[in-house]
Amino acid sequence: MDLKDYKNVWVFIETARGEVRNVGLELLNQGRVLAGANNEKLVAVIIGKDLDAAAKTVTAYGADEVILVEGEEYKDYNTDGYTNAMVKLSEKYKPAAILFGGTIQGRDLAPRISCRLKTGCTADCTDLAVNAETGDIEWTRPAFGGSIMATIVCSQTRPQVGTVRPGVFKKAQPDDSKTASIIREEIRTPAEEIRTKLVDFIKSAEEAGVKLEEAEIVVSGGRGLGKPENFAIIKELADVLGGAVGASRAAVDAGWISPLRQVGQTGKTVGPKIYFACGISGAVQHLAGMSSSKIIVAINKDPEAPIFDVADFGVVGDLFEVIPVLIEEFKKIKAS
Amino acid sequence: MDMLVCIKQVPDTEEIKKMDPATNTLIRKGVPSIVSPYDKNALEAAVQLKEAQGGSVTVLSMGPEQAKDALKECISVGADRAVLITDSAFAGSDTLATSSILAAAIKKLGNFDLILCGKQAIDGDTGHVGPEIAEHLGLAQVTYAAKIEIKGDIIVVNKEHDDGYEVIEAKLPVVCTVVKSINEPRYATIKSKMMANKAKIEVLSAADLPDIDTAKTGLNGSPTRVLKTFAPPKRGSGLRIKEETAGESALKLVQKLVEAKLV
Ligand SMILES: Cc1cc2nc3c(=O)[nH]c(=O)nc-3n(C[C@H](O)[C@H](O)[C@H](O)COP(=O)(O)OP(=O)(O)OC[C@H]3O[C@@H](n4cnc5c(N)ncnc54)[C@H](O)[C@@H]3O)c2cc1C
Ligand SMILES: Nc1ncnc2c1ncn2[C@@H]1O[C@H](COP(=O)(O)O)[C@@H](O)[C@H]1O
Repeated sequence: MDLKDYKNVWVFIETARGEVRNVGLELLNQGRVLAGANNEKLVAVIIGKDLDAAAKTVTAYGADEVILVEGEEYKDYNTDGYTNAMVKLSEKYKPAAILFGGTIQGRDLAPRISCRLKTGCTADCTDLAVNAETGDIEWTRPAFGGSIMATIVCSQTRPQVGTVRPGVFKKAQPDDSKTASIIREEIRTPAEEIRTKLVDFIKSAEEAGVKLEEAEIVVSGGRGLGKPENFAIIKELADVLGGAVGASRAAVDAGWISPLRQVGQTGKTVGPKIYFACGISGAVQHLAGMSSSKIIVAINKDPEAPIFDVADFGVVGDLFEVIPVLIEEFKKIKAS
Repeated sequence: MDMLVCIKQVPDTEEIKKMDPATNTLIRKGVPSIVSPYDKNALEAAVQLKEAQGGSVTVLSMGPEQAKDALKECISVGADRAVLITDSAFAGSDTLATSSILAAAIKKLGNFDLILCGKQAIDGDTGHVGPEIAEHLGLAQVTYAAKIEIKGDIIVVNKEHDDGYEVIEAKLPVVCTVVKSINEPRYATIKSKMMANKAKIEVLSAADLPDIDTAKTGLNGSPTRVLKTFAPPKRGSGLRIKEETAGESALKLVQKLVEAKLV
């Protein structure tokens, strides 16, 4: 493998029913920085069906080039089809790096692809930079539940592959006047090579509403809520603010709320504008999932709770007295 | 059904509180080692399937000699056979190298219908090894399984998703990684612990895995390399709000958020 043959930064663009997910747009913005450092192009790669709108979106968000692979077999995400397409593209165009969102899909796909390409993969990064001397990407990520940060390089093999947490990088301002060259690649995956079949989707009623990972406001409840019914006030506060409901693991373990709502090392990672931690002590594993939030608000009756060490606004008090007043006040603001 | 579960022995991250400021590494002394929590869920899922429809459960781990304790713990909660891969040539392997070694061992140990992993190990938190084992073995993968059913030679999985569960079907053999909500792992009994203590742990070294090129394993053979480690950036604490009454505190918070143009 001659490393010099490998050029350009690719961003895998995840779509959901044809719509581009935010994390891909965030990665385009940071990918621009990485590509710029090595005088390379920024390329968006999209796999799916009917992708014209998605191609427009990534162009407005700054991709120099867009590679599209379209086909009926890519309508729903599947590991085998998407891996086949990405590996073929990578072998043909030889990118220096491929960035994926650290989502359920990205974390299923990236290791499979990197393994087939016999290259390294760095998971769940929270920072990306280019080493000025070597031109290698420096992938920084938390490990051991967030108690340590590690910077990782993949210097001997290409492409450099990694997944990046949603919410850590900001999107650029879209500019509809931008243009990009669009490349359509015809890559087929025979039906018998797609070994998993999506047969149904169980949408739990509880999960309706704003998506946790993409929410601008997240209101989370923890063990301090005391019992499942009390999640109602968390939901009410989230609704008033147009935000999503999250939870600590203690609340999930107690069976008060769905595991899909867990924020933290082993749950979802969120990076909203405001994160409300209500009745949550702030264990390091919880912080691992929300410390990239812009503003953290904590409501806890224990003044010693570690959550106060990271909170921008820390209210010491009983959440059952504080939250109802918040709901009333936010309602008033909304009405005015 | 013959099943194999990959389990990793990890330091209990809940007990890791400090970093050594001189070396910027974690102080691991005195930190207990445990079976990575999701691997316990993977094992429990396998044992439940065995109880329902017969078969066998093999547990496999790569790690130092000490990882035998973790494997014994697995036997105490239902595994039939335990294998440890240990060799200094494998120490410091990244996920690509680790998965290639585990896959080579799996091939040697038998023909398994189902291979289970945790969704991620709680030290590295990567979640790579499961999909990579699947790739090395040329098998299909289903990650983030919250429910597993076997219908003949078909596996039906509820896969965790953003706003619900995808129901995914695949023909066995398959590699599956599991999330915590799939089950509640059982506890060992005094009797099962004593029995497990006496159980034999099979050991494999690099010499037993001729397919593995040791130039591609260990710290030096891995494609990724840790350049440095450091303490996470501290987020300073901001404004503390504690007025006479909780209601007043709430009002002050709202006022501050409005002032900062956050709402
Ligand atoms: C491998 C591993 C992975 C983990 N992953 C995660 C993860 O992904 N996410 C996660 O959250 N945790 C995770 N944890 C668990 C984590 O260590 C903590 O146990 C958990 O976050 C605690 O949840 P909590 O803050 O809700 O509960 P507690 O720690 O019990 O805190 C409850 C808080 O509520 C306050 N309180 C009580 N009543 C009131 C009231 N009326 N008004 C105001 N405040 C009140 C209390 O003062 C206390 O601070 C993990 C642990 C391990 C070992
Ligand atoms: N050294 C190892 N020995 C056995 N199984 C492992 C090892 N490392 C990882 N695994 C398995 O792969 C899963 C994901 O690990 P990781 O990719 O390290 O997050 C774990 O939950 C285990 O099931």
